[in-house]
Formats: sequence, C-alpha cells, structure tokens
Amino acid sequence: MGSNMAEAHPVGFQWVMEAKGRGARVFHVDPRFTRTSAVADTYVPLRAGSDIAFLGGVINYVLENDLAFHEYVAAYTNASFLVREDFADTEDLDGLFSGYDPETATYDRSSWFYEGAEPGVEDEERARSQTEPLQTGAGGAGVGGAGDVPRDPTLQDPRCVYQVLKRHFARYTPEMVERVCGTPRAQFLEVCRGWTANSNRERTTALVYSVGWTQHSVGAQYIRTGAILQLLLGNIGRPGGGVFALRGHASIQGSTDIPTLFNLLPGYLAMPDDSHADLAAWIADQRSDGHKGYGYQVDAHLVSLLKEYFGDAATPENDFGFGWLPRINGDHGTYRTVMDMIDGKVFGYVVMGQNPAVGSAHGKLQRLGLANLEWLVVRDLNEIETATFWKDSPEVETGEIVPERCRTEVFLMPAASHVEKEGTFTQTQRMLQWRTKALEPTGDRRSELWFAYHLGRLVRERLADSTDERDLPMQKLAWDYATEPGPDGPGPWDEPSADDVLRRINGYDLTTGELLSSYLPLKADGSTSAGCWIYTGVYAGGVNQAARRKPHTEQGPYDAEWGWTWPLNRRVLYNRASADPEGRPWSERKKLIWWDAERGEWTGHDVPDFPVRTPPGHVAPEGSTGPDALGGDDAFIMQADGKAWLFAPHGVLDGPLPTHYEPHESPIRNPLYTQQGNPTRVVYGRPDNPSNPAPPERGSEVFPYVLTAARLTEHHTAGGMSRQLPYLAELQPALFVEVSPELARERGLEHLGEAHVVTSRAAVQARVMVTDRMRPLRIDGRTIHQVWLPYHFGHTGLVRGDVVNDLFGVVEDPNVFIQESKVATCDVRPGPRPRGAALTALLEQVRAAAGVTVETGTRIATAIGTPHVEEDS
Amino acid sequence: MTVRKSLRAWPVLRQLTGGDRLGRGAAAQSPRHRGMAPRTAEAERVAGSVCPYCAVGCAQKVYVRDEQVVQIEGDPDSPISRGRLCPKGSASLQLVTGPQRLDKVRYRAPYATEWTELDLHEAMEMLADRVVDARARGWQDRDGRGNRLNRTTGLAALGGATLDNEENYLLKKLFTAMGAIQIENQARI
Repeated sequence: MGSNMAEAHPVGFQWVMEAKGRGARVFHVDPRFTRTSAVADTYVPLRAGSDIAFLGGVINYVLENDLAFHEYVAAYTNASFLVREDFADTEDLDGLFSGYDPETATYDRSSWFYEGAEPGVEDEERARSQTEPLQTGAGGAGVGGAGDVPRDPTLQDPRCVYQVLKRHFARYTPEMVERVCGTPRAQFLEVCRGWTANSNRERTTALVYSVGWTQHSVGAQYIRTGAILQLLLGNIGRPGGGVFALRGHASIQGSTDIPTLFNLLPGYLAMPDDSHADLAAWIADQRSDGHKGYGYQVDAHLVSLLKEYFGDAATPENDFGFGWLPRINGDHGTYRTVMDMIDGKVFGYVVMGQNPAVGSAHGKLQRLGLANLEWLVVRDLNEIETATFWKDSPEVETGEIVPERCRTEVFLMPAASHVEKEGTFTQTQRMLQWRTKALEPTGDRRSELWFAYHLGRLVRERLADSTDERDLPMQKLAWDYATEPGPDGPGPWDEPSADDVLRRINGYDLTTGELLSSYLPLKADGSTSAGCWIYTGVYAGGVNQAARRKPHTEQGPYDAEWGWTWPLNRRVLYNRASADPEGRPWSERKKLIWWDAERGEWTGHDVPDFPVRTPPGHVAPEGSTGPDALGGDDAFIMQADGKAWLFAPHGVLDGPLPTHYEPHESPIRNPLYTQQGNPTRVVYGRPDNPSNPAPPERGSEVFPYVLTAARLTEHHTAGGMSRQLPYLAELQPALFVEVSPELARERGLEHLGEAHVVTSRAAVQARVMVTDRMRPLRIDGRTIHQVWLPYHFGHTGLVRGDVVNDLFGVVEDPNVFIQESKVATCDVRPGPRPRGAALTALLEQVRAAAGVTVETGTRIATAIGTPHVEEDS
Repeated sequence: MTVRKSLRAWPVLRQLTGGDRLGRGAAAQSPRHRGMAPRTAEAERVAGSVCPYCAVGCAQKVYVRDEQVVQIEGDPDSPISRGRLCPKGSASLQLVTGPQRLDKVRYRAPYATEWTELDLHEAMEMLADRVVDARARGWQDRDGRGNRLNRTTGLAALGGATLDNEENYLLKKLFTAMGAIQIENQARI
C-alpha cells in the first residue's frame, strides 16, 4: 500500500516476484492500477487519502473475528495495559480525543497515559513545533511508571488497550470501508482473509509502503495503523514479516540516522531546546520514571557525540560542551525556512544534491524564497532549476521574478559523482555499503566532504582570534580529520579522508585508543567517543564492515558478511519476538533466534536483538532502569516499557490511535465524524499558500477531483539526475496526466491531446493519457474521479514540462512536518494552459469562484471553526 | 582473395557447415567482431560501488580505463540486487560521464542576467565571508524569556539524502558548531 514498488524500486521488487514464484500471494492496494498491480495476484482500488479507513477495517475484521495472534499480542504488546479512566476516544467525542485545545490545535495528552502513570507537565506547543515524535525516533517516548503498569492479561477489562482498540475500530466495517475508500466489499474481504490466513506460527505477512503513506497530513498515523495490524497478527520481528519503508534516495536513511535535520542530532538524539539549561536537564527530559531498555542510555550516547565534536575541549567540568550547542524553540523545518526567506529573515542558503524548485511541494513558494535571498549556493552534478530560477522559472514568464531586479547572488558549484569519492550510503533496510573511489573528479568537481571540510576550515580561520563567546564552539571544534592529496594536488585544499570520518562516527575507547566494536561500552564520563552511536560497530575489530562484499553465493540467507546493518549488523529488528515468551521459535519454519539454555544465551541466524544473556523468564529487579529493567519478554528493547505499542500513550501528537480523517483538501465530508481533517495538522495560513476549500467549507465543487502524483521508473525525484540523460529522457519524454475514460468524457479530454490541471496555486499542462488504470470510485453515494501525474518534470534538461509540485500547497503532518503532497483536489480542463498574465488571471478567477481566502482550510477544528492564519496575513 | 576463401567467409555457408546452426555465435561474426572485446575486459581497474538513485542499494562495478569511466554494471555478488540494475542505474554511465555534467563554477552576480566564471578557491573564500556575515546578522543569544538560544537563523542548508553518511556528518557538525539550526534534507519531504 502507498507504494508502486515495481516502478519505483524495481530491483528490490525482484524479491516480491521471487516470493510470488514460491507461492506467496501479492496484494496491491492503490488508487491507480500500476506496474505493481499488473503483476500482483490481486489489485484492490481505494481513494487516495483513505488508507487508515481501509486498514482500520482490517483491524476491525481481526478483532471482531478473534483472529489476533494472542500469545504474541499478550506477551510483546501493550494490549493488556490499562489506560487512564479519563481517556475519551474519537468514538466518544465525534472525531477528537480527550484533551483537545482548539485555540492551539494541540492535545493535552495527559489523559492518554496508562493507569497510574503520572504525566509531567508538557509544553504541547513546544512538542509540536519541534516534531517531538521524530526526536524519539530511536527509542520510544517516555512513559511514567513503565515498570508496573496495571494490566489485565485476560484482555477483558474495558479499559485495557485491547478493548479500547476494539471499540475504537468497531465502526470501521466492510460497509464503512466501501463508503469511505470506494473499495468493493468483496475485494476488501479478500484482503482481510488473505492477510489473516497467512499470519500465524507457521506463516508471516510483510507490509510494504513508501511515500504514498508518508506524504499526508496524517502520514505518521498511516504507518501506525500498519504497525498495529502487523503486531496484532504477530508479524513484527519475524522472518518474512515486518513493515517495510521503501525510501527513494540512495542515502535518505543515512541522512535521517546522521541527520541533516533541524531537530535531531546523530543517532536520533533530540536537538537541545531552550528549556535545556544544562546536560542534566536534557538527559532528564529524555528519560521517564522506570524507563526500561536502551533508550535510557542517552547520556552515554550524547556525551560520546560531544567528545567527537569537541575532543579534549569537552570535559566533565564544562558539561562536555553541551552549552555550546544551539537551541531550537520552534519550527525550523524546510517549509517554515522557505517562508522565512520570503519574509526576509534568511540571508544565505546552501543546497546540495536536492532540487526544491521542482521537488518540494508548492514549487512557486520555493522559487519566490530563493529569489529573496542575499546568496545561494547550489552544489549539484548538473545545472538544475534551483540554480536557474532567476532566469527561466515560470515566475519569470509571469513577471513575478524579474532577473534585473532579483538580487540573489548564486554560486553554482559542480559536485563529484558517486564514483569520484569514497564513503557509505545507508540503504532502505539500514545497511551501510562502502563505495570505493573509481577515479579523481576533474575540473571544479568536488565531494561534499571537501566542501564541508574546507568551508569549516575557512570559517574557523576567520573566527580564530575572536574573543566572542559565541565563537567558542567553532574554535574548540575537533576539525582535525586526516586528509590526503585530492583533485587540488597536495596542499591546503587536500581531500578529507572519508575513512577517518567513518572511524570517528564509529567511535573510540579514548583510554586505549582502540576503535569500538559495539555501542554497549559507551560511557557518559567522557572516556568514549562516537559520532553516531547506532553506527558504532561499523568499524568492529578495526575493519570497515560496510566494505565487506562476500558474494551471496558463498553465504547464508541473511548474508551477514555483505555490508553492515545498524545496529550491530542486525538484519531483523526486534527479532526477540521471533521466539515465544519461553525463548523457543514460534515454529521450525519461521525460526530466527532462540534461547540456548545450555550456553545461557540467545543465538540463531541473526544477531539477537536482546540482552544476550537475559533469559526468557527473567523478572527485572524492583526499581531497576535501562537494560537491567528489561524482563525476559520485553522484546521491544527501545521502548520505555519494553512493549510494542498498539496504543501510543505518548510520543504521537495527533492521537494515541489512528483515526480516519479526510485529507486537508477533499471533495467529500468525513463519513465517520464531524471532525473533517486531522485536528492537529500544521497549516500555514498565508496569502502565498492558499488552500482549496473542503467540506463543510463552500466552494469545493470548483476542484471536484482527487489529485495524486508519483514516480516513473525512468526518472528520479525532481529529475536532476535523469531528465538530462539521453537514455532516460527518450524513455519518458513528456509530462502526462492519467484520467479515466469517464472523466475524459465529462471534461472533453482527448487521448494524447493537451490538458491542464488546476488548483488554487497553479495550472500545470500535460498530455492526456485516457486509461482504465484510473477508475472512478463510488464514495459515499457519489462518483469520485482521481487524476494522476508523475512529478519529475521541470523547465531545464533534455525533456521539459511543468512542475507538478506547483499544484500542491503546504500543509503538514504534525508529528514529522512532512507535507501532504500525495493528495489534494483539482480541476482538469482541456487544452494547453494559459501563459504569462493570462495564467495569473486564470488562477485569480478560480480562487474567486471557490471563495478562497487566507482563512480557507485553516479552520482545523471543524465544530469550532476558528481560523489559524499567520499574524501579519 | 581466392574464391574458396571468400566462399568460406559467407555467413550462410558457415552457419550451415559449422557448429553454429542457429547463426547466433561464430557464424555471424566478422573478422572485426572477432578482434573486439567488451569494454569491461579492457578496463584497468574495477571499483566496487553502489547505485546513486533510489534506496534499494544495488551494487555496481565501475570500470576505469585511461582515467575514464568506461562502463558501469550491476555486481552479481550482491545479495540485494544479484547483478541487476533498473533503467536509471543502467544509465548511470551517462550520469557520470555525460556532457550535462558541470565542470566549472558558475557565478551569477546580483541582478545579472547571465552566468560568469569564478575560480573555485575564490568562490570558497567569498562563501566563507558570506557565511560569517550571515551568521552574525542572524545571531540570537536569548529568547524573550531569557532562555539561552545560542544560535543563528541567518543561513540555512538543504540536502543530504543523495550524499554520503560521512558528508552529512561533517555538514551537521559544522552547522551545529556555527549555531546554524536550519539544516534539512529530503527525509522531510
């Protein structure tokens, strides 16, 4: 679901086809019949933006028919935990959970806690503005009193999680699924039967998703729904099970682990905020009363990072330099930053290997931000739209950007390619793979390692004599990486050694100078260093484990000697759950790790994801914390209570359970609740970010169709690495829009003719592809049409086209600040779009027809209707 | 050339009389063909690499001759890809060697209508000046409540999902030490 794997990850898809060849049944649930659907056993249509209703329906099917894997659920999830008495569900409050504040559009989450837990006082606005859930990405969020939560092992208590879950999803019946998703009942039930029949001791089911799930205003809850279902069926931590997130860039996983992200430090450690006066305050904030598992070790992980950052200058006396770190206190995400550029608050911008003028939602907003900078650096292989906005963007045609009046100074710098530098990518299953350098880059082409290192060197030179306190971290920074002669020849512009950087990421025992082989020995006393604790072990035994390339023909099914998977080369996360509470594999067929009583340790085909000598029946001593507090069946060792969360008492901002909300822009009223959309979604109510109206607002009929966008095999993301290549350009030469024959008749669209797709932001021209791959759906008694476009095109390259992302506005999931760009509403009109001033006039006309104002779409609490607009709008 | 020799060179005859009855091997070869070898065989060295497009992580073999990349192929040893590449991965030779590659720094002065050239090292020095200036002008010591912020909002960075872990590490470390917090990448979209 939410993935066209055959198209976007074709080589990975060979394994799905291999499984199918061996008898696995493949379902593809998607708004469009795709290359994946074509080779699946069963294609199941649904409306874009309705996946929670669909999966909620499957969960209801499991609970109503008593099909959960009970022993698994009872032992490894929080199903038996009791929830506080004052918790109220969306079923009680018509689409809201208890604790909602319409003024701030946030929840006071204290009533979502377990019975007996004492939640501290939370600053909910702060939690939201820093995307707190993402900051707890490696460990679960803290929960008070995790050690002794009252529970009912029989799962009968009305306040236990299992019963709460049952009530929550009771109305997600096959009839409701059909009404919300447009999925015919028989097909939906076929999925339910297939999924449940294939999930037991002997069999497991895998769930695959991609950005078709994440790019929604309820994206994090989409994934939660999938996780709940897989947990109920015992499909997590077991071979052939799991929830697979297929990611779309070579090292997008790596850039999350070692984050170039505003709210994280390496290894999913929270970026300090303005409430953290010192290191002790930060540590206390990450921990909770009775905190179990490895998430408790954050002190050792952060201090080891600070030792890598500041070397000998980080001492116990100065809090290891914690005070030198900058503090966040709000939203500093990429979309907020672009709006800050428009508002004149940002002076310089460095863009590396990314093309936001095409690839980010609301391309016009991106380009207007670029046009209001003092300086811009674009580092890329090719001349991309982000670098040329000042001379050839669509706004130049409309007169909104005039080159002679655009002050932005642009440095376009050639980057080294993947074969001209060495280093690691982390692929989508957490595997680091080292690339050797094939040859030196020529001309001005340089690695980003060279760029970062020398920019740091030059800035440090300029600040070397400063006596200003703010320059101390730059002066004390450990910037002493090994270098070697590179494309500039020997001298001051030497190439930094990626190998040395990887060793420092791995970390050292500073008392012996030895490379560490595991994160377990990391200490909070300054005697160890590690740039990213989850990567510690990539240099185990002093060997670059990511560079291992033992052929798969010479090793076993888990191929443990090819590359290195974090953490500790574990291939299946939470694999303790592959064995029963007594430590025996659930079945011979699905064995992965097990307890070896003779040797007194966990063993098996994978690296055990559990304290290796903690036996299955172990009861943790009273009052213990951290790894010592893990009981023998606490399989989810990063969770504060050792259990997988069917119900999330903390850590998610928009609800402890997933709930179907309509997308921000939808042609229909939410059939389930008065509350229309996610009541905590992030809206930016500004004149330059208009929304199409959605019911109960008036005017939605101006944009009657559901719009969605995705990838083609032959192009890559914003096209910067594909539209310029002759082979790929020839294979997919033009932007097109897929519409159903019914919609083509309704709007007078001709196959292979031109049409334009219109929203309140933009009009995009594309060739028409009339195809029954797009089928109209019956939704709540109405026929709803969906249209689809690939989003790779832009105005430079061998093949060109309008920017599809221009059609979308900026509205975000509150947990992670990812934009809703997989679903919006639109109109489709025959013929080419107007150009220049006529285009501006068309957009003004459609906004007027739909009654769009700055308040449209910002009344996020439906029943109350308070608009959320920016102050100076 | 004798008649007998030229007759023997006739492919149909070779196909009918030789071992290659289907005409898909030796019978179809010309003398020029026989003297040819694949680019991969003539490579001086082969570098183990990884495809730079999506996150599946298909292994590549990069063939180099005369300090030029002459071919990029899938690595059959990989347990992930077993030697396969998709159309994008198969086109990565063009990505690396094609004429679309930028080779020199291009500079657009404020209000200019064209690119001009700029020396790489000079560009880096100019940039360091601008970073120091933007950092200082965007500096915030404390918030309205007196809490320490210790940061700048004068400059921002975007990108990382196409970069190496080591590169992201240095970028985040540098930005953090400078107090620059607005650093983001494709993982947010």
